[in-house]
Amino acid sequence: MIVLRKFLRAFLLLLGMASAALAGPYEEALPRFTSDSYADTDAAIGAVAASGNPLAVDVIEALRDGRLLVGSGQVFIRRASGDLINAATGQAWGNPAGELKPVRLNNRVRRAIEAALGSLTLLNPDAAKRLEAARAVFRSRDEAALPALEKAIAQESHVPVRNALETARAAILLSKQDAPPTQKLTAVQTLRDRSDQEALALLSNLPAHAPPEVVAAAGKAADGIRARLAFWQAFQNVWYGISLGSVLLLAAIGLAITFGTMSVINMAHGEMVMLGAYTTFMVQELIRSYFPGLFGASLLIALPLAFLVAGSVGVLLERTVIRFLYGRPLETLLATWGISLILQQGVRTIFGPTNREVGTPAWMSGALDVGAMSLTYNRIAIVVFAFSVFAILLLVLRYTSLGLYVRAVTQNRRMAGSMGIRTSRVDALAFGLGSGVAGIAGVALSQIDNVSPNLGQGYIIDSFMVVVFGGVGNLWGTLVGAMTLGIANKLLEPYAGAVLGKIALLIAIIVFIQRRPRGLFALKGRVVEA
Amino acid sequence: MRTQYLFDRQTVLVLSILAAAAILVPAMNGLVPPGSALHLSDHLVPLLGKYVCLALLALSVDLIWGFCGILSLGHGAFFALGGYAMGMYLMRQIGPRGAYADPILPDFMVFLNWKELPWFWHGFDWFPFAALMVLLVPGALALVFGWFAFRSRVTGVYFSIITQAMTFALMLAFFRNDMGLGGNNGLTDFKEVLGFPVQAGSTRVVLFVLSVLVLAGGYLLCRWVVGSTFGKVLVAVRDAESRTRFLGYRVEHYKLAVFTLSAMLAGVAGALYVPQVGIINPSEFAPANSIEVVIWVAVGGRGTLAGAILGALLVNAGKTWFTAALPEFWLFALGGLFVFVTLFMPRGILGAAGDLWERSSRRLRTRRSPQPFTQAAE
Repeated sequence: MIVLRKFLRAFLLLLGMASAALAGPYEEALPRFTSDSYADTDAAIGAVAASGNPLAVDVIEALRDGRLLVGSGQVFIRRASGDLINAATGQAWGNPAGELKPVRLNNRVRRAIEAALGSLTLLNPDAAKRLEAARAVFRSRDEAALPALEKAIAQESHVPVRNALETARAAILLSKQDAPPTQKLTAVQTLRDRSDQEALALLSNLPAHAPPEVVAAAGKAADGIRARLAFWQAFQNVWYGISLGSVLLLAAIGLAITFGTMSVINMAHGEMVMLGAYTTFMVQELIRSYFPGLFGASLLIALPLAFLVAGSVGVLLERTVIRFLYGRPLETLLATWGISLILQQGVRTIFGPTNREVGTPAWMSGALDVGAMSLTYNRIAIVVFAFSVFAILLLVLRYTSLGLYVRAVTQNRRMAGSMGIRTSRVDALAFGLGSGVAGIAGVALSQIDNVSPNLGQGYIIDSFMVVVFGGVGNLWGTLVGAMTLGIANKLLEPYAGAVLGKIALLIAIIVFIQRRPRGLFALKGRVVEA
Repeated sequence: MRTQYLFDRQTVLVLSILAAAAILVPAMNGLVPPGSALHLSDHLVPLLGKYVCLALLALSVDLIWGFCGILSLGHGAFFALGGYAMGMYLMRQIGPRGAYADPILPDFMVFLNWKELPWFWHGFDWFPFAALMVLLVPGALALVFGWFAFRSRVTGVYFSIITQAMTFALMLAFFRNDMGLGGNNGLTDFKEVLGFPVQAGSTRVVLFVLSVLVLAGGYLLCRWVVGSTFGKVLVAVRDAESRTRFLGYRVEHYKLAVFTLSAMLAGVAGALYVPQVGIINPSEFAPANSIEVVIWVAVGGRGTLAGAILGALLVNAGKTWFTAALPEFWLFALGGLFVFVTLFMPRGILGAAGDLWERSSRRLRTRRSPQPFTQAAE
């Protein structure tokens, strides 16, 4: 029996070899994988890719993943399921003879694989795959992919993919030694139109054999790209500044309300932000355990809760402590500092000193590309959110009776009291409102910062600066203050570095306060001391 | 009349307690044999010395807050600057005994691959120069900062916030390695001060006694200042700044003078602090530290000078005990103290004690400490 089986196997082997000898370039290329030489493997990849055989993609992908096995002069693909198929025929191959070894790879082979896969998938029906393939070819700059590229460009109808294909062709033409100069000039043109970091790198690192007129054109194009990138970089920095300004605005706007009405700096304000962030954490924990489907809405659910939690802590604080310190702003500052220490330690005791994980809903991840800028969705959401909170507060202060009372007390406490406004109740509500807004800010900040007991500490000095810079009694001052500080900070950063930029800004504010001791938008009154 | 107030009952009491400390601590450390219940172990001496330095810092804050109504939330900066000036002297004293054995450059500069001493390090190997800088650097900063702030009438909460911004900016700056002051790690590994080994028990006792003497001197100086005509104007500024200005006083000059003096006192406190603690690093600039100093003053009794000393000693002793015994609860205790003192003991321990004394003796006496907390006129 054994003899018979051996005979059978030898026969089948012979049959396989015979069919290989009979067939086209694909089958001719396959045995070169078995020679265990990198040069042969490289050549085989090129031949397989060019053969047009439907199995070609499978073979090369298997090679990339170490699933292309050779043994007894034959090539097999191991499927992810573990089944073997014969690479030559695509038939399942149950029980191979002898030991199978994966085809070995080195970096040269890997590059060849990437280029081959790139050109193979250039004709994939899926546009996303084609785009990816075009990018792979662009990176590998493999001259062998040029014919496939030309073919793909000719039949491509999707504009972004077509653009990507054309830049890939331009990249290859530029590095190809024997391409005619006119083609190279067109390639420079194409890359100039693409005008991003990669194109710039290509244009400024031309190969030594490039003709002089191409070098000149490339230099000019590179300068143009640099100017354009610098232009967008400025926008990007301004955007970062707006984003930082929005964070500052969120953190400071509640402070501005409490400071405005009671001329009290609430040192525990940062802890209200922290409470909001921890509320978000709690909401997400509950949703994860009980209603996993609602996770996308977790932040929206957390918003009112954070407002309530921080707001009620604020009202409690006002009723139990700050109420007794009217007219003594410096003492209030100390008492609220004490409260901030207690809140920090309380949260540390309950939740532990380490950072807590707050997830980002799917709709907030990803980025939007505008020109050469990339705007992440969570930053966009925070900017939009900060401005909405600002607008809502503005409306509340302008059109509700509470807002009217708050403004009256801010402008002249005694007169407001004489007109029948219960100033102490307004204080409590304003304090609750300010703290609640801080809680909402905490929900937003939980997305971009570590949720830890020290979260509030990081914002308190910056928020003071915003309020002092903008002036009290006017929310627009807070807006202008936050945006000015945010943008100035980010514009300084590239030149001075993060720390020096911040120091410069602090000094600038200290000097500014000398010029306008009551901030940008000071209330005009007739009191000598306020 | 002029000198009488200098040596009233409170002053005599404070000075005698300080004198007793200056005698008892060395005696209990050196003369009482170890094992006796009265023996003061070697590690307690620098701890007590540290408290004394912090008391001097509290005194400097009380001078401006208690008597002139200037709440500085950045006094830790002056303290730290004095400390850095002293630390630079101590670094230069290390000489070739550092880990890299460079005769001139401190270790951290060798580590950063610096080739020569930055210009502002020159002179610090000479003690009188370093001592002068201990006074001049904080004093100059206070003079410039105060000149800008008081001239444009930045007062109250606004002043507190910009002092906080000042110390925060300095902290960020000192954290940078490029600053040339040791960056994150600060200055440490000191070997000797004026030729005496820093670690030795006897040096520490001497440093303690010196700190107590300086504290006593600082206390007398503050007493003298607040009792003088100048001091009366300060109190007037505190209670009714505009009225004082309308009476023809140049309020900003008075504020500037006392602010600068207070900063120099804080600098001296820092300079005495560094050799006893053995390190100075940028965290001394942290805004939270400066706020804590204010609570020491509030606990002891704002505007009493002796209260500042008492408060600093009590709170720091409490901190040492708490952080060892119940580390979880120290921040609760400190936070609760802030709230309790501002709500229920606005005049601190000494103020409350004075009230009790007055009520029980029912005698009309002229107040020794000026009455604080008159509401400013609008």
